[in-house]
Order: sequence, then structure tokens, then C-alpha cells
Amino acid sequence: MSIETEVLWLDEHRVVSLEELVQCSGLAREELLELVHGGVIPAREVHGTSYTFSARVIGVARTASRLRSELELDITGLGVALRLLERVSTLEDEIARLRAILPRG
Amino acid sequence: MKYSDYYAALGVERGASQDEIKKAYRRLAQKFHPDVSKEPEAEARFKEVAEAYQTLKDPEKRAAYDALGQRPQGEEFRPPPDWTRQHSAGGDEHAFDDVDFADLFARFGARGGRGGPFGSAHGGMPGQDFEVPVEISIEDAFRGTTLELQLSMPEYDDAGRLHRVPHAVKARVAPGAVDGQRLRLPGKGGKGFQGGRDGDLYLDISLKPHRLYRATGHDLYVDLPLAPWEAALGASVEVPTLAGTVNLKVPAGTPSGQKLRLSGRGLPRPRGGAGDLFAVAQVVVPSPLSERERELYGALRDATSTNPRRRFAEGA
Repeated sequence: MSIETEVLWLDEHRVVSLEELVQCSGLAREELLELVHGGVIPAREVHGTSYTFSARVIGVARTASRLRSELELDITGLGVALRLLERVSTLEDEIARLRAILPRG
Repeated sequence: MKYSDYYAALGVERGASQDEIKKAYRRLAQKFHPDVSKEPEAEARFKEVAEAYQTLKDPEKRAAYDALGQRPQGEEFRPPPDWTRQHSAGGDEHAFDDVDFADLFARFGARGGRGGPFGSAHGGMPGQDFEVPVEISIEDAFRGTTLELQLSMPEYDDAGRLHRVPHAVKARVAPGAVDGQRLRLPGKGGKGFQGGRDGDLYLDISLKPHRLYRATGHDLYVDLPLAPWEAALGASVEVPTLAGTVNLKVPAGTPSGQKLRLSGRGLPRPRGGAGDLFAVAQVVVPSPLSERERELYGALRDATSTNPRRRFAEGA
């Protein structure tokens, strides 16, 4: 017998802290901050050493964590890989949008 | 459990050096990593390769794996009692009774000070996070749905034994999920061990193809077949939407490919509002023609000054 559970939407409306992002991704705080400072993971707000993020970036941070541990990438390689994946994702979204517009025929 | 040939998974000889094993893993991981590969079966292949590497890269685990002997891939298999006694915490010969082969070596170090990644010096091991792809229909995305998932997760009991435990998870997905939406279910992943927090469950939502609608974000597209006279003269036509049929005024002179917007008739947004539904006009040529239709089209041809290929002449 399962009980209905809490569901959190990981979208731009939900805000997460750096600590939550560390917990969700498995990346170290320093690694995350390097990716944030490199512009790979965008912060929503920065106040001194306090950061907040859109919950959407949890997916990016988890991908970063997988790539780092499973492909043994260093932080520079990780940054390049994530930027390329972001470009691929943008292009895939655009292809999907154009396909949706095309009549099925 | 079924035996996995880890050396075959990595494509190396059983006597391969640690360096050869590492190189083989890197080559295959780059090829099959599910975050970067579009190869068919990439995820399953990567899982095999990663599982093999996790064991073979660790000399202690590799020695234990080798001690099981070589068997055909997929052969039904049970670790011999002496092997189990030797490699389980406290010599428990039932320690591996209900685990997958993949869990066999992950268990090393859970108890008994073997020093693996699961040591409890810091007061507990957090449960594993799980990420599960879930397909829902466009209707479910529109109305919202309750997912009932049956998952199997590796879990440690109080004695530190690993088991495969069925997990039933029920989750309400509110209206408005789109392709690529991620949901997080805190604490619904693997159980923590010795006071560690429970892992999370992530659901990666995708929308099933629909017989009528194509979704992009919260917008929907539907083909709108029109007779030539409807496109030329204009018409009021019925269009199916997810909330029921609506009448759409097609303006006179609507060409094929023209998008007609039905505002707010797409998928709802989770925080209010909705995407649009676009009806894409498709002029359908009647076929076959009756004798009368042929006459009327002939009369139209003779009466019209329209040249649909005027641009060809302009470009010459």
C-alpha cells in the first residue's frame, strides 16, 4: 500500500539554496561554485557568499555529477561538456518545435 | 541471480592490467554514456560497462569476482557458500540470498570494517537517489494524473545485509507537465543506512506521441484539414481541443501551413495560464473527382487569373 507523496516541480518558479543543490547533485560545494563562476550553472541571486538557484538547474548539476564521476572529467572538461550538452538540448528543442509545426501529412 | 561477465562487458582479457581496464572503460563510457550518447541501448550498455568497471577497478573486488570463476554470461548462478562466508560481514552465508549480481560487490564494506565507500565512521550512509523516466499522455498532462510506480531498490537491513526491496510509489502530478519536466520526490529513493538520510526519487517526464496533437512546451499543434473552397472562401469549422470541440473561424484566403491560434487552448501552466493551440491549415484536394466536380474545377480554371507559380517567372 503506497501513500501519495510530496512532489516538487523542478522549474524556474522554485528556488533552491546552494546547500540544497549540493545535496541533490552530489557535487562538492567548491565544484559547484566553480561551475557557477564559470557561467555553466547560472545563479538566480548572489548576496556575498549566499547563492540561490532556479530548481531547474538541479538537473544540470546532477548531470555534472554523473559526468564527473562516470567519465572521470575534471572541472574544465566538465564545463565544456555541460556547455555542449546545453547547446545540443537547445537545438533538440528547436527541432522538436519545428517538427510540431510541420503537418503530419 | 544471473552471472555477468565483466571482462567481456569491457572487452578485455581476464588477465588485463588495471591500466587496460581503465582505458577500456573510458573508451566505452565516452561512447555509451546516456547523457551524451544517442546510440540505441546506450543506457543499458553504459550500465553494464559501469557495473563492470566499479568491480574490476578495485583490486579487492576484482579478486573476489575472479574467485567466482568464469561462467557463461547470463547463466543462473548462486555464489558458493565458502565464497559467501569469506566475503560477507560476519561470515553470514545468507548475506547475498536476494540481491542482484550488480549488488554483490557494491555490498563490500557495508559492515565489518572492510573500508569501502559505505563505511559508517561519519554516522550513516545516505540512501541512493534514483532517476526514473516516466511517459504520460497529453490528456494526463492536461488534466493531471496520479502515477503509481512499482520500483525495485537495493536496501540495507539493520544487520547491514543488502536486499532488493519492492517500492510502490504513488505521486500526484498536477496539470501542466511538459516534455523534459523533472519532478523530485524527497525521501522516496533508497533507504539511508545507520541514520543516513533517505535518497530522493527523480521523475523525468516525457509526453507520449498523440494521434492528433503535437506538443512543444505548453503549446499544442493540430493539423486542420480544409476543403479548397473553405480555404478560399473562409468557413467556420469545428476543432477538437483537450477541453472539447470549439468553433474556429477560418479567414477567407487561408493558405496551407497557415497557423490559426486558439489562445489558451494548449496545456495548462502549473502556476496559472495555459499555452495556445495552433491549428495548422492543410488544404485537401478532393480525389477522386466526380464528373460534376471535374466540370466545376474546369470552369474555375477558365475563370481565374490566379497563377500559383508567379514567383517562378519573377525570379527568372
